[in-house]
Order: sequence, then C-alpha cells, then structure tokens
Amino acid sequence: MSVILVFLLVVVGFVGWWLSHQRLMSKPWLEQGMAGDFVALDRSALPTAKIGLGVFLAVVGCLFALFTSAYFMRMALSDWQALPLPRLLWLNTGVLVLSSVALQCASVAARRGQLETVKLGLVTAGITALAFLVGQLVAWRELSTEGYLLSSNPANSFFYLITGMHGLHILGGLVGLGRTTAGAWNGARPERLRLGIELCAMYWHFLLFVWLAIFALLAGWAATFIDICRQLLT
Amino acid sequence: MVDITPADAVPPAEVGEMELYHPHSWWTKYVFSQDAKVIAIQYSATATAIGMVALVLSWLMRLQLGFPGTFDFITPEAYYQFITMHGMIMVIYLLTALFLGGFGNYLIPLMVGARDMVFPYVNMLSYWIYLLAVLVLVSSFFAPGGPTGAGWTLYPPQAIMTGTPGGQDWGIILMLVSLILFIIGFTMGGLNYVVTVLQARTRGMTLMRLPLTVWGIFTATVMALLAFPALFVACVMMLFDRALGTSFFMPAIVEMGEQLQHSGGSPILFQHLFWFFGHPEVYIVALPAFGIVSDLISTHARKNIFGYRMMVWAIVGIGALSFVVWAHHMYVSGMHPYFGFFFATTTLIIAVPTAIKVYNWVLTLWRGDIHLTIPMLFALAFIVTFVNGGLTGLFLGNVVVDVPLSDTMFVVAHFHMVMGVAPILVIFGAIYHWYPKVTGRMLNEALGQFHFWVTFLGAYLIFFPMHYLGLVGLPRRYAELTDMTIMTESAHHLNSFISIMAFIVGFAQLVFLFNLIWSIRHGREAGGNPWRATTLEWQTSETPPVHGNFGKELPIVYRWAYDYSVPGAKEDFIPQNVPGSFGTSKEPA
Amino acid sequence: MAVALVLVLVVVGSVLFHLLSPWWWTPIASNWDYIDHTIIITFWITGVVFAAVVLFMAYCVFRFRHREGNRAAYEPENKRLESWLTIVTAVGVTALLVPGLFVWSRFVNVPSDATEVEVVGQQWQWSFRLPGKDGKLGTSDTSNVSAENPLGVIAADPNGQDDVVVEAADLHLPVGKPVKMLLRSIDVLHDFYVPEFRAKMDMIPGSVTYFWFTPTRTGTFQVLCAELCGQGHPLMNGVVMVDTQEDYVAWLGEQQTFAQLSAPQQTGSADPAAAGTLAPGSKISAKLETVEAR
Repeated sequence: MSVILVFLLVVVGFVGWWLSHQRLMSKPWLEQGMAGDFVALDRSALPTAKIGLGVFLAVVGCLFALFTSAYFMRMALSDWQALPLPRLLWLNTGVLVLSSVALQCASVAARRGQLETVKLGLVTAGITALAFLVGQLVAWRELSTEGYLLSSNPANSFFYLITGMHGLHILGGLVGLGRTTAGAWNGARPERLRLGIELCAMYWHFLLFVWLAIFALLAGWAATFIDICRQLLT
Repeated sequence: MVDITPADAVPPAEVGEMELYHPHSWWTKYVFSQDAKVIAIQYSATATAIGMVALVLSWLMRLQLGFPGTFDFITPEAYYQFITMHGMIMVIYLLTALFLGGFGNYLIPLMVGARDMVFPYVNMLSYWIYLLAVLVLVSSFFAPGGPTGAGWTLYPPQAIMTGTPGGQDWGIILMLVSLILFIIGFTMGGLNYVVTVLQARTRGMTLMRLPLTVWGIFTATVMALLAFPALFVACVMMLFDRALGTSFFMPAIVEMGEQLQHSGGSPILFQHLFWFFGHPEVYIVALPAFGIVSDLISTHARKNIFGYRMMVWAIVGIGALSFVVWAHHMYVSGMHPYFGFFFATTTLIIAVPTAIKVYNWVLTLWRGDIHLTIPMLFALAFIVTFVNGGLTGLFLGNVVVDVPLSDTMFVVAHFHMVMGVAPILVIFGAIYHWYPKVTGRMLNEALGQFHFWVTFLGAYLIFFPMHYLGLVGLPRRYAELTDMTIMTESAHHLNSFISIMAFIVGFAQLVFLFNLIWSIRHGREAGGNPWRATTLEWQTSETPPVHGNFGKELPIVYRWAYDYSVPGAKEDFIPQNVPGSFGTSKEPA
Repeated sequence: MAVALVLVLVVVGSVLFHLLSPWWWTPIASNWDYIDHTIIITFWITGVVFAAVVLFMAYCVFRFRHREGNRAAYEPENKRLESWLTIVTAVGVTALLVPGLFVWSRFVNVPSDATEVEVVGQQWQWSFRLPGKDGKLGTSDTSNVSAENPLGVIAADPNGQDDVVVEAADLHLPVGKPVKMLLRSIDVLHDFYVPEFRAKMDMIPGSVTYFWFTPTRTGTFQVLCAELCGQGHPLMNGVVMVDTQEDYVAWLGEQQTFAQLSAPQQTGSADPAAAGTLAPGSKISAKLETVEAR
C-alpha cells in the first residue's frame, strides 16, 4: 500500500498548503463585519470548471495509484511471470504524446483567437487519441494470440486490467473532446470554447502522465526504480 | 474587536451570478431536476426506502437469533443473505447516501450562500446513477440464487465460491456492479459538494465562518472521493476473478474435494483494499454527524459551539488520520503481526481529537440555555451512544484486546453503537431540525417525543447488553447459536430480549415515517426561522426556499455561524447576514 | 428534569448491568490472562470516562435547562481547559496502549520451546497434523490435496512421512507445554478460535498464519470458526482436549501417521469413519440439508 500512501501524502501536502492560506488560526468570533480584508481568500481565481476537473483528476490519480499498489503487492507473490510488452506500445505512446501536443496547440491557438488552428488541433487530437485506442486493442490481440491470456498469469491480468481502465478514461475524455469540437464548428462563444479546450488539454496531459507511469510500471522499470530507492535508503 | 468595514458600505454581491437552469415542465422540475434541493429529497427518499428494506432484514435476522428454530423459512443461506444486505445497505446505500447525497445537497448550497451546486447537471446524473445502483442491488433479491451472503465485507475467496449464497450465482456479480455504479454516481455528486464549498461561497463566507455542518460534510466528501476508489479497485478485481477466471485474490483452492482453476492470489490483498476504503468510510459517516450535531447543540443550547477552531482542526485531523488506521480491522487476519504495533498506535491517537470533540459538545451545554427540543434530545442521545461506542472502540483498537473480542458480538455491538445508532440519531435530530425549512411545517411534537424515547432507550438496550454476549465469546455471523458450549440458557434469554427490543425500535420508525408524511399537510406552520438560528439557510426570503435559494441578491456574511447570546445584543442570536457589531465580543478571560 | 434523570439512569443502569451481568468471559484455560488484565484496565478507564461525560451532561441539562429569562453565557473557547483535557486524554490513551502493546509483543513472539501443531480448516471441519518423532512438520501444498492426502502433505518431503494426521477429529494437547498453532486453510478463510484460550487468528488459503499459547488446565474445549466461511459456518465446530502428559502420549500412540495413511494396503482396512470424511464437509452438507428441510 506504499504507493497509495505516497500519493495521499502528496494530496495531503497540497490540501495542507491550501488550508494554511485560509487563516485556520484566526478567531472568527472576533471578526465581525465584512471580510473585506481577506476577500482573496474567498475563492480561487481559476474557473470553477477547472477546479472541478482538478478534483476529479485527483480521484482518477487515486484510482491508478491503488491499482499500482495492488500490482506491487500481487507481484511479490511467487507465481508472477512478467509478460513481454509488445513493441507497438512505444508507437502508441508516441501517438498519445502527439494527441496531447495537438490539444496544447489548440489551447494556445484558442487564446490567440485563431479558430482554424483550433479546429485543426482538436481534430488531430481526436484522431490520434482514437488511433491510440485502436493501437491498444491491436496490442491486446497480439498478446492474446501469443498465448498471454487474461487469466493465465496475474501479470497478464494486471496488464489488461490497467490498460483497459486507462483506455476507458480516454474514451470518456473523447466524449468531452467531441462536444468541444462540435462547439468549435457550431460557433460556440470564444471564452466558452477556450475553457472547453483548456479542460480537454488538462485531462489529456494528465492521462498521458498516467499512461507513462503505467508504461513504466508494466515494463518493470517502476519496480527497478523502487528497488534502487530502497537500496539508497538502506 | 475587529470591525472591518462599516455595514452600509458594502458593495452588492460580487459573486458572478450563475446561470441557473430553468425547468420548463413538471418532469424537469420534480423528476429530472437539477435543483440541489430536489435532488436532496430524491436522495433522501430513495435512501429511506432502501433503508426500510434493511430494517426489515434486521428484523428477520433477529427473529432467527432470538428464537432459533422457530422460523423455518430463515435457512442459514437466507440468514447470510439478510446480514450481508442489511450491512451493505445500511453503511453505503443509506448512511453515506443520506448524509452526503441528502444533507450535503440540501444544506451545502444554502449554508454557504450559493444559488445551487456548481455543476447541477452532473449533480442530477449522480442521483440517477445512485438510483440505478439501488435498483441493481434490489434486483439481486430476485435473481436466481438470491443476493450474495458473503457478509458486507465480501471477503474472497468465499464471496465467489459455491459454499456462499450467491457466490457462483448472480448475487455477487450484481452486488459488485451495484457498488461500482454507486461509486461512479457518488464521485459525480462528491465533486459538486467539494467544489461548491470551494468556489460558490457567498461574499464574506470565509472558511472559518462556515458552520461545522459544512465542515463535516466537506471533509467527509473529500475523504470519500479518495477512499471509494479503493473499493472500486477491489470490486473490479473481484469481478474479474469471478467472471473472467483471473487470480488476483484467489489462491489455489480445493473446494468440496475439487481443485479450482485459480492459483497464487492473495485474499489479504483484498482486505487491505477493502479496509483502505472501509475505515475512512466510518468517518465518512461520522464526520457529517459530528458537524450536524455541533450545530444542533449550539442552536438549541443558544450558545456558541465551544472551541470552534479546535472543532475544525479536529475534523480535518481525524479525516487525515483515518487513512492510516485501516489495518486495525485486520489484527487477526493473518497479516504481518508487526503491523499491529503501528496500527494500534495510530488508532489510539485518533481517539484524542475525537475525545476533544466530545468534550466541546458537553462544554457547549455548560452555562447554556438548553431548550430540550426534539433535535436537542437526539443530539444528547447521540453523545451518550457515541461516547459509549467510541470507548468500546478503544477495546478493539488496542491490538491485543482485539484478539479475543474480534469477530464476536462485541464487535457487532460496538459498530452498531458508534456508526449505526449514533449517526442515525443525528439524522433524526437533523430531520426534526430542518424539516420546517424543507416543508414549511413542524413535525408533530408528541409523535416526535414517542419516537425519540423509544429509539434512544430501545437502541441502547439492544446494543449495550450485546457487548456482554461478545465478552462471553459468542462469534458474530452465526446463523444458529445453538451448538455451543459457551452459550448458556441466560444468554439465549438475553438474545430473545434483544430481538424483542429490535422489533419495538423498528416499529417506532414507522411512527416516524407516518409523522414525516402526516406533517407535510397537518404540521404546525413553522415560519422562516422557527429555531431562531443564525446560519444562512434560515435567512432565505421564502420557506421552503425556491429554486435559486435566495431572493434577488445573495446574502452577505458578516460574522461566524455561532453568534448566540452575544452580550449586549438584544436578541439571543444574530444571523450571519446581519451587519454591524453588537455589544462586546471581547474574548473572555 | 426527566431528561437529566434518564441520563443518570443510563449511567447507573450501565454500571449495574456490568457488575451484575451473568454474561462474562469463560474461565481461562491458557496463559493469556494478560489479555484479560488488559481488558479490565480498559474497562476501568473507559467506564470512568463514560460515567463522567454522561453525568456531566446530565448535570448541565438539569442546571442550565431553559427557563424564562435565562440567557446563555458567551464563551468561544478556553485554551487552558482544552489543553488540559487534551493532555489528560492523551495520558489515558497511553495508559491503555502501553500495556496493550507490551502484551501484543508477547503474543507475536513465540517461545523457542513451543511445539508446532498444524490446524487445517476446510468447509466445514477441522483437521490437525502433529510432528512425528523427528519433531518437524513436513511441507504441504493445497495443490496436493486429494482424497488420499486430505491435507496436501508433500510426499517427497521426508519430514512429513511420520507426521501424525488427525482428520476431522478431536485434537489433544498436553497441559502446560507451549504450542505454536500453524494455521492453514485449503479453501476459504476460517478462524481458529477457542474462547477459553482467548487467542484466535484467521487462516488464509495459500499462506500459513500462527498464534501460540500454553494450555493451563485440562479439559474439553470447543473450537469455533470465527470468520464467516459460507453457509456451514455456524456448524463448523471442533474439539480440543487438554490432557495430562500420560493421557496425551496414550492418545498420540493411537493416531496414524501420514505414511501409514497413504500406504496402499491400508486403504482396504480403513475404518468407515475415515471413509466418511473423504468428501470434505459432507457431514455438514448433510446437516445443512436437514436444516433446510425443516
């Protein structure tokens, strides 16, 4: 359970930092009247939707951290046999990076008001994300034809489970991206469109990060990394 | 005294007006409504309905335990299905849904001075997914093989094997799917509750001016958002084990003389994941109760809550600590015994902030002006049962004391007292307290008195003696307590007594339900602020509050939520949105 | 008035119930009276706190109940009082924790002279294995379990050949000698629990858990399963008999070793009781059917 505890420690650190700016030591019964002096405390300047997405991403991060924890705990048992990762995953990684970059471009273009670039970026991001999903499915097929079936070894089970869970999140993101893209074509208000694109970009970057972490985990680098850390500590 | 600006110099609300959706038909107004208040009532009604099912199940269990051999239809198989569904419904589908989905939805926007939740559409989806989860759960009663009988902890490997009811039928699958749906739905709602508190507070409502109810629900929601994923992961992995033949949790097993396909999995892994959710879950239920009861006591004792800052810190501290105590449910699970030292220590540390909260509640009563209204009675009863249940927690949390007591009736008595009876008493108190706001009418006082006394004393008489059955050593989850040398004749009598009390207490809840329905039309008119309370929900221009909560302009907050009996003020309460200072609020020595 | 009175009655009633209750723990039969002492300490501390809090509350309700013209005091906080209460609580909690941890360390550290006894749980019966003359238990694996080898002992391990196998029958232990119970399960979670010994521990398929104790008096004690293990859970009883040394040796002499049980010529003369247990749990299954037929 160490991975999830580290994750929670990060969350607690963030929450603690935020709370430390909320004057939790103040004595509210002595402060009557308008809270004019601390109006900045009232709420964040960020759009509410972004904060909402941020909270949601923390939940998603928690989910994957838990899968990782379970992965390491199950890995320690004797019947674990790592499976060879298909080379295709490298290509998929590249495609997903491309998708993230395209959305970032769209986001920058939206800030500058270049609608054509925005549309191009959105469509590229959508297509590359779809390509990533197809690539993942092909990788699954490849593995299963080579005999690495879901239930034959826990390493396989985790591979399918975690990549599947990540794929589902991308799929969910595609719904949001689809709506934003439709908005770009149907002439949504610029600030609304911009917010939508920024939200998509945030989600995409996060899922890219999650994918890189998963990749490292499934390839066994994460385990090696933790071993090195442990040796350094002892 | 810090008087920051003169009252009349206040500019109008600075909060950007949110785009309220406008319902166009009866359907979008009352059924597919995006108004948090309607959603709150939908959540509450659904939770109450499914909770009644769980209540009936508990009666059936008590029939079997109190009068063994008398009721033929309660087979061991049925008994285990009853306890499983009773536990799961009460903990997740009733308590969690009612506190967060019900009270959270109703009170958060009103108390922080917001027009609605920040993502109303997602909020509506949250309810409908919750309803779907409940329906899936209910459908397992009608599935072949019936619902699962694995106990609410759903421990593998037995949960997915033939020796357990529903293990190789539909029961366990429907249970897991229902939980997964619940978690998805809850996450949608939870995002709303958290972000609304963060972003939609009205002008002047700093965090330290929030009523403790909001603090409790807010912290509990944050915890739930981080804890439920653990249950989600556990459910998905178990679903894979059951449906796709993987071996996450399933070791090599010989079942009834036959080798199963699984190998190498770890049942302990499931337990870690489950309790990583399961322990915070206790506080997810308890923290809103802590918050609400603080407000009930303060309002009805006409006195500010004692040590507000300490209360806030304690809520946050308990919330954080509750993530590092989970394995105290696993002292005798066979995990590495040295974990016991760590988890016993963290568990007993958490007793300190919890105790502080209790002290502050009773110190709020000290030199108060205690109105023994029904909400106040429930709050007092909460303190009694919570202190009782919390103290028996010190038995079970102290690793070596847990060894003889774990898995006995002592545990059953403990957790029913601390997270069954205590939070439910708060729920009742809260309903008596806020019902006038929701409907505009008071609940009937006489029926309320009857309901209170029967529920409080009855529940205490059920669960206090039950601890002693556990001391004798009677294990929990026994469909029959007959074939045991330690089971004496007198213990049988005690069991029968407990069963009879359970029926009486259950009956009192029917009276309560009647009161809820009857008072909608026949209750005494309440007016806008019958309890003369300070918080914003009582200051709405209309009662019940209309869509958008507050009239044309959002209220502006000038003071904390507990200005009761301020020296020098004319009334014994000053609402949060009343400007200016009254008398002295110098800190007393 | 009435409310304050009821609160007082709750305290008085609870204390009286505690003192007069005929429901108390069974007379102890192991060395774990430390645990009983820790529980007594806990009862004292928690009892005092419970009584103090509720009586204080009752007093407040009585003394500060609403009367016409009353007004509450205004007191946002009192740092001194709160610090004091925190310190006192912390001290109380420490007083509970320290003896608890002390006893726990005794509980998890097995004395070196403890004899090993293996308990194997399955739906829904108990079997046991004791080391033979070599004093060592052979290794075992669930995947080896079969009708002839109900505990899954690995035949290739020479240590296992002389192990005494007690299948679905009573376990005997000598009085006054520490035993380390090695707990295994071949199907689901179970929990080996004898109320008189105070100790218990879950058994997990796929791994071996343990606890230890020293039986301190002779007698017959019932084994209960304390982890829900399916519908036969409440019927999963067993018997542990604590014998004097002579009785124990006599009993041990009557038992069969793994080698004897697995020798092919023995199967013909196996007694019917043993044949009856080849299908594990069949007795309970039959029992369950009669329960359902009621």
